[in-house]
Amino acid sequence: MKLNDEEKSMLAGEQGRVAKQAIEHQIQVGRFFGAADFVPVTQAHIMADTESLGEAGVVWLEDLANAGERGVRIPTITDPRGTDFTKAEKLGQAEWMLSLERRAINAFRRLGVSMTDTCINYQTVVAATRGEHVAFGDTGVVIYTNSIGGAKSNFEGGPSALAAGITGRTPRYGYHLESHRQATVRIQLEWTPRELSDWGALGAIIGRICGNYWQVPVVDGFDRFPTSDEIKHFGAAMASFGSTALFHLVGITPEAYSLSAVGGDRLPIGHRIGEEDIRRLKKSYAADKTIDLVVFSAPQLSLYELRDLAGLCQGRTFKRPLLVTTSPQVKPDSDRFGYTETIESAGGTVLTGMCFYQSYAREMSEANGWRRLATNSAKLVNILGGYGYVPMLASMTDCVDAAETGELK
Amino acid sequence: MTLFKARHAMGSKVTGTALVANDGFSARYDLDRINGVFSRPTHKLAGRSYVDRILILDTAKGGVATAWMLHEMKARNMAPMAIVLNSVNTILAQGAAMAGMTMLAGFDVDVTQSIADGATVELDPDTGTLRVVAD
Repeated sequence: MKLNDEEKSMLAGEQGRVAKQAIEHQIQVGRFFGAADFVPVTQAHIMADTESLGEAGVVWLEDLANAGERGVRIPTITDPRGTDFTKAEKLGQAEWMLSLERRAINAFRRLGVSMTDTCINYQTVVAATRGEHVAFGDTGVVIYTNSIGGAKSNFEGGPSALAAGITGRTPRYGYHLESHRQATVRIQLEWTPRELSDWGALGAIIGRICGNYWQVPVVDGFDRFPTSDEIKHFGAAMASFGSTALFHLVGITPEAYSLSAVGGDRLPIGHRIGEEDIRRLKKSYAADKTIDLVVFSAPQLSLYELRDLAGLCQGRTFKRPLLVTTSPQVKPDSDRFGYTETIESAGGTVLTGMCFYQSYAREMSEANGWRRLATNSAKLVNILGGYGYVPMLASMTDCVDAAETGELK
Repeated sequence: MTLFKARHAMGSKVTGTALVANDGFSARYDLDRINGVFSRPTHKLAGRSYVDRILILDTAKGGVATAWMLHEMKARNMAPMAIVLNSVNTILAQGAAMAGMTMLAGFDVDVTQSIADGATVELDPDTGTLRVVAD
């Protein structure tokens, strides 16, 4: 890789051992992918829940913090934590989990990282703009940022996103290159989804079609412009099922002002997706009528989703736990507007700064006897099978009904 | 053919037993990392131990957590010896770099169809080659 004077200085250790370690990691990854050089980035977003880090990852972070050096040099924020400390007991989380979380948070703070604890920073912190190079973690954040914002990011895992925060740059490969942003798969839509779980199901189908990180779908045929929350579920599911990092929607997303602008006119229509395909995907998860809990998470809920959910919870009494996660930026407004109180008066729990699957999901299942789980998140049903759950995908309305009756329609 | 050339390679030379399937890989989605087995019921390796095996799979799947998890698994001696993929994503490569794990990816043939489960294979990242030592 070609290095400039600043990068050579970091590699030589002249800017401390933390910067040296960070750029060495980035060069190793950059060489693996054949990056020619580095590109400056303006923001970094780190996925770093302690279930993923483990003791080893936290010790590694503490070692960086103990160097007492400069830390991050660009705005660097975090994905959800592994807990909401005020509700941990209710979730059945153990003290060792909380202790590990506290240590990670302390290390991040000493490195200058801002603990935003959100996977919807494009809705709640600062959205990246078209052409802006960033280093974001959380696949849902990256796919939204690339596709809707027209900004440029690869999936940056926690260590790489932190390295980008520390060096202020990332290797120029993958979706930082225009050559990788042209469409590779053309899809014709024959039915536009109506509610969030359908949008997630559509994203899941397209993710499965794409199959790997380097495929870029272009989709045509929407009968209206989707909302931010609809695209949030659509993209998060696509990224989860397919490891997809960028999509184009003809006439909707900024790089696809026309089919030909992203090379779609040179591709045959490879797939047609209709309402029946979406129904079939949802039905494939309908394993049981009885449920143990309802979860709204993955991604965290926006203020508008909380508003809708509060409307559905009004006057209800739940038989089953109903858990909701949102970001620390949204929660105060949810409190002020009465949404939190309405949801919790019905028996629900609004959790802040965490996401369900990043919070020791297996241990929560064992502690609480939670197995059959209803959610409107296609991303969540894709993840939780490996954690021992039987996840089922349904609309927000049907999930709320299930919390009240214990049965999913 | 007993020699396969990878377009992407990192890590040190290793020899071990291959665990092969035409399926994806994500440490968060697919594994019971405490017990060292594939746990997603629909995964083709469900119930099989991956510890100290050379995983040979089709493609990287899922989210970003694997970038931390390979390091965490290796610290507990509950990690694969190496990972070989037809198609890698950025997360698996970053995770291998963080963990100091050998990784090869990007071949002209489908390695999951070309190498037998249980074969002894040698990975040499310096030359970017995978060699089948014994079927």
